[in-house]
Amino acid sequence: MEKQNITIILGGHFEKDVLRMVSEDITREFHYPVIQQAGNFDLSGYYHPGRRQYDANGILKEVSEISTPGSIKTMGLFRVDLFIPILTYIFGQAVLNGNTGIVSLFRMKNELYGLPQNNNLLIERFRKVVIHELGHTFGLIHCQYPNCVMRSSTYVEDIDQKKNFFCKNCQEELNRKRGLEMMIG
Amino acid sequence: MAKKISILIVDDEESVRDSLYNWFIDDGYAVECAESAKKALSMLEVKDFDIILADIKMPGMDGLEMHKRIKTLNKEPIFIVMTAFASVDTAVQALKNGAYDYVTKPFDPDDLSHLIRNATTQIVLKAENEHLKNKISSLVDVEDLIGESEALGMVLKEVESVAQSNSSVIITGESGTGKELVARAIHANSSRKYFPLISVHCGALTESLLESELFGHEKGAFTGATFNRKGRFEMADGGTIFLDEIATISPKMQIELLRVLESKTFVRVGGNKEMSSDFRVICATNRDLKSMVKNGTFREDLYYRLNVVNIQIPPLRERIEDIPRLVNHFIRKYCTSMSKDLISIEPAALKHLEEFEFPGNVRELENMIERAIVIGNGKEIRLKDLPMGKEVSNSSIESLDDLEKKHIAMILNKYGWNISRSAKALNVDRVTLYNKIRKYELKMDE
Ligand SMILES: [Zn+2]
Ligand SMILES: [Zn+2]
Repeated sequence: MEKQNITIILGGHFEKDVLRMVSEDITREFHYPVIQQAGNFDLSGYYHPGRRQYDANGILKEVSEISTPGSIKTMGLFRVDLFIPILTYIFGQAVLNGNTGIVSLFRMKNELYGLPQNNNLLIERFRKVVIHELGHTFGLIHCQYPNCVMRSSTYVEDIDQKKNFFCKNCQEELNRKRGLEMMIG
Repeated sequence: MAKKISILIVDDEESVRDSLYNWFIDDGYAVECAESAKKALSMLEVKDFDIILADIKMPGMDGLEMHKRIKTLNKEPIFIVMTAFASVDTAVQALKNGAYDYVTKPFDPDDLSHLIRNATTQIVLKAENEHLKNKISSLVDVEDLIGESEALGMVLKEVESVAQSNSSVIITGESGTGKELVARAIHANSSRKYFPLISVHCGALTESLLESELFGHEKGAFTGATFNRKGRFEMADGGTIFLDEIATISPKMQIELLRVLESKTFVRVGGNKEMSSDFRVICATNRDLKSMVKNGTFREDLYYRLNVVNIQIPPLRERIEDIPRLVNHFIRKYCTSMSKDLISIEPAALKHLEEFEFPGNVRELENMIERAIVIGNGKEIRLKDLPMGKEVSNSSIESLDDLEKKHIAMILNKYGWNISRSAKALNVDRVTLYNKIRKYELKMDE
């Protein structure tokens, strides 16, 4: 069996540096090595012409069906505008206590909000949401602590308020849950 | 929260039930779903829910009828109806019948979380004894607010006494004294601590940017605003907003600010919906607002609204006795963040620091220590690691211009040639800094 890892699946082009930072964040917070895998998605099937957005539930399902040897969690990284039927947009979503999550940086761009383009800020936001969604797959729910990465954010400004790591409580909760997962196997 | 808030979702569409289920589960609610009103009613017979979120249009019994029947069961959950655009009329009817609110599909994620949070607050308030909320034992430590001098002790005492109230506070003090830290201390020790502390540096923004920053904007409000944007007042809901350099805001913004402080409501730029937010305001300035009021550059009514409590932070030269403790604190802070072993400070260097004037106050001291750790020998901070130590030994051969040039270059490199931040650290405006860069022909290091 391959060594246990967290796999990131690329559903769009991301610069090497970005992927390196994302991987480092994941390893730092979750203590698993990260493996990258190309996605080869055809997203056109998920496009909703009326909303001009992509169906996040469908994409999440496809990501969950990709074979990823040795992977305990799989994160799909995208650049397209995601929605779920009931919400106007989402930054990402994950299955609570599941194995899969997806994140898109589309709605995190400053330009969409009339602000000057800021690539560093965009990457920072993206990295935080990746950790956040992965946190959900490990069973973490939203945290009240203002700076914690697990705080719920519905606007980019909310993302900027938090850090890209867990508060003490979430960290402990995560360790507890990871311990359980390892025992189960 | 002792007991989880429970939510029942009633909708005939599976994708809606699933999406909402996932959304609320992430928030830590106990969630159950029903695919019809009939099913929901039978669940309600055996179980209570705090919040019911029901679609208005469902085959069989609709949401309105279901609400009526729930009331006959003698239960009072918070009832929220979901509707498509076309059936807003029916939703209004539901409100008349006592529904808590309605949302139109698809929801803005923010509206949804806001709505549920408000409903939750109402439930919690109902259940919880008021006194529990105010139980905050002792002053929460705020990093970097260090010292045992009487002058700082008075500040901390004021922080403690004002934290629990909702009063507006103005923090005054020279630049670098730690006004933002004091604001953070007030927030961290208040009952608002679980909500955000939102900082706005008013001096760094133009009037129109500040307006959209504070109030947010609707999509299309101006070129480039493709989506709605939340303003700082909205983000501070439940928490505290910290307005730094308040003396720099324009007369027009002064009027707008006064209006928001009085009504706690505002409208996003380009919008027409009145928004409300529950925030506490803390301001800071290094200027003399009173004399600005006298000469007419700062509105008197705004001044009195903001200045309910005034906390004055002493400059570092008036609390020299705190310097050793501060030095130790910063050594610990930077050695830890740079993963270095803790180092000590040579007595002569410490003595020098205690005699220095520190026009840039604690921030200047902090910068010096950080720099000394970077350039030093890794064992102790020596006199020659401190910029002024060098100044003293070299001043006979270097002109004032040379010193200025070196200092500006040092600051620019420290802030990666970010002009705004460098100018701020040097306490000059950006134009002055640009002129100096040209004068000394400074260039970014490769
Ligand atoms: Zn989340
Ligand atoms: Zn947390």
